[in-house]
Amino acid sequence: MFTTPEGKEIFVLDGHTHFWDGSPENQANIHGKQFIDCFYAYHSNLSPKDQLWAKAKFEKYTEADLYNDLFVDGPDDMAILNSTYLKDFYKNGFNTIERNASVAKKYPSRFIVNGAFDPRDGEKALEYIHWMKETYDIKGVKMYTAEWNGSSKGWRLDDPDAYKCFELCDKLGIRNIHVHKGPTIIPLNKDAFDVHDVDHAATDFQNLNWIIEHCGLPRLDDFCWIATQETNVYGGLAVALPFIHARPRYFAEVIAELLFWIGPDKILFGSDYAIWTPKWLVEKLWAFQIPEDIASERGVQLSDEIKEKILGLNAARLYNIDVAARKAELAAQPILIAAE
Amino acid sequence: MNAAITIPLPDTAARLDQVWAALDLVTDPELDEPITDMGFVEQVAVDGEGGVNVAFRLPTYWCSPNFAFLMAQDIKSNIDALPWVTRSDVQLLDHMSAEEMNAVVNAGGFFSDVFNELTKGEDLKALREKFDVKAFQRRQEVVIKALQAQGLGVADIVALPLAVLKATNLGEAERAKVRYLELAHTKGILGDLALTTYQRAPLTVAGFSEYMSLLRSVRINMEFSGSLCRGLKNNRYLELDASGVLASVPPALTTSTQAEHCG
Repeated sequence: MFTTPEGKEIFVLDGHTHFWDGSPENQANIHGKQFIDCFYAYHSNLSPKDQLWAKAKFEKYTEADLYNDLFVDGPDDMAILNSTYLKDFYKNGFNTIERNASVAKKYPSRFIVNGAFDPRDGEKALEYIHWMKETYDIKGVKMYTAEWNGSSKGWRLDDPDAYKCFELCDKLGIRNIHVHKGPTIIPLNKDAFDVHDVDHAATDFQNLNWIIEHCGLPRLDDFCWIATQETNVYGGLAVALPFIHARPRYFAEVIAELLFWIGPDKILFGSDYAIWTPKWLVEKLWAFQIPEDIASERGVQLSDEIKEKILGLNAARLYNIDVAARKAELAAQPILIAAE
Repeated sequence: MNAAITIPLPDTAARLDQVWAALDLVTDPELDEPITDMGFVEQVAVDGEGGVNVAFRLPTYWCSPNFAFLMAQDIKSNIDALPWVTRSDVQLLDHMSAEEMNAVVNAGGFFSDVFNELTKGEDLKALREKFDVKAFQRRQEVVIKALQAQGLGVADIVALPLAVLKATNLGEAERAKVRYLELAHTKGILGDLALTTYQRAPLTVAGFSEYMSLLRSVRINMEFSGSLCRGLKNNRYLELDASGVLASVPPALTTSTQAEHCG
């Protein structure tokens, strides 16, 4: 719960968090080391200095850290734990659904666990989706289109094998498809983070919600265009939001574009924990105003009402969370301090 | 490449200066920033026979290989264009595709030689063109905003003669203006008018606001990449240990440049 300086309680649903193991013991090769090193550079680059973590903690943090940083020290009421496997890089996977579910089952009213699959696995991917639904009753999945799989270095949402998976998701009621579309890293000139495949998939699967993490940056214009055309495409603020500290004016330009094009009902807060912690992000977002010249250029404002939508109400709608009921449920529970 | 015997070899300091000047002209295509400004160049060495070795490092191990390849190729061709250079070697360090890429770039090969399976034989011409368009648009936005700050209205801006822009000092935006004009000249874009689209269409008063909106979105994307890359580069080897000490721990340079002596 975030309490505003005026004493108003704001429901916070953190749309993008992780419980990973990037420790040297789990790294399968140099790629595993370089992957977590790259995350750590994101962390140290955009975090306020007093929020920096030691490298060893960043590589592998505990359940207690996760719970504390999100719900005790942090303002989150709920968090979505996304799964990212990277089995080519990590012996036991980077952040599997089993690992996420192991912590979520201890705090069922706090966490939503999303699965993941790789359409390139063909029939096995379909079986895996069934298994995740039956075992964990997932409501969403996280797609990482630049994941390596043997000789393949990426895939597209509109690949025929991916369509078979999305048909199954639709049938099973797995309605929220989170897609990582972020800074150009792994892809070759067949850019795995190009956003145009979202357009096709979102058109062909109207029942599914497509949440584009990182808003496709640095392809914000393409993303905005698609999200404006397609009513079922949303933008996740992870990576964009931390700029609020280091380059607030730049963040203002991004949020102004998003508000202008896709509007306040389709933008979702996400800390990308443990790359960043939600406390400072939420505090800074609540205190933030778009500078007058940018606001008037685009004719938009970041009002308290809009901030409340971004911080939790929009994601709650996608996951059918009854905010009032959940708030009451959480208020009745003591804050649990995870025993280690 | 010229035979070394016919070209007198400038002294070591002059050769190093010339190499650095050649490197200043290489830009990161995604950011339109010189690689020397970005701090990508790690080491430059010259030897007594007209040989040059350059080592460079990008902000992450995962930086897109096609962008990396374009930079490596540009480094090599700019160095090879110096009249006294008899041999050049470019090494990209700590990158997932470094080994294959370095071998192909130094042999004068193509991107598709490294990544044939993934590129289906396409080369990077189309990508270069795409980045030229973005660089042109980004530099042009700086110029237009500077002109607006000097009090020019839309009607004046769309009709501004090239000769007038050349003669106008834009203050802080002067460097962007020079780079805008250079690129426009190289691409043969501008005629009498100072400001047209990349496709050489004149700007119009009616379409001005929409055009500026396009330039803004190009800038927002490029600024994101530029700011992120700069930050990641500065933080790449920085680690905080458990006792709270922040230190940089880059791996040692292990390329052939280490064994080279200057001059």
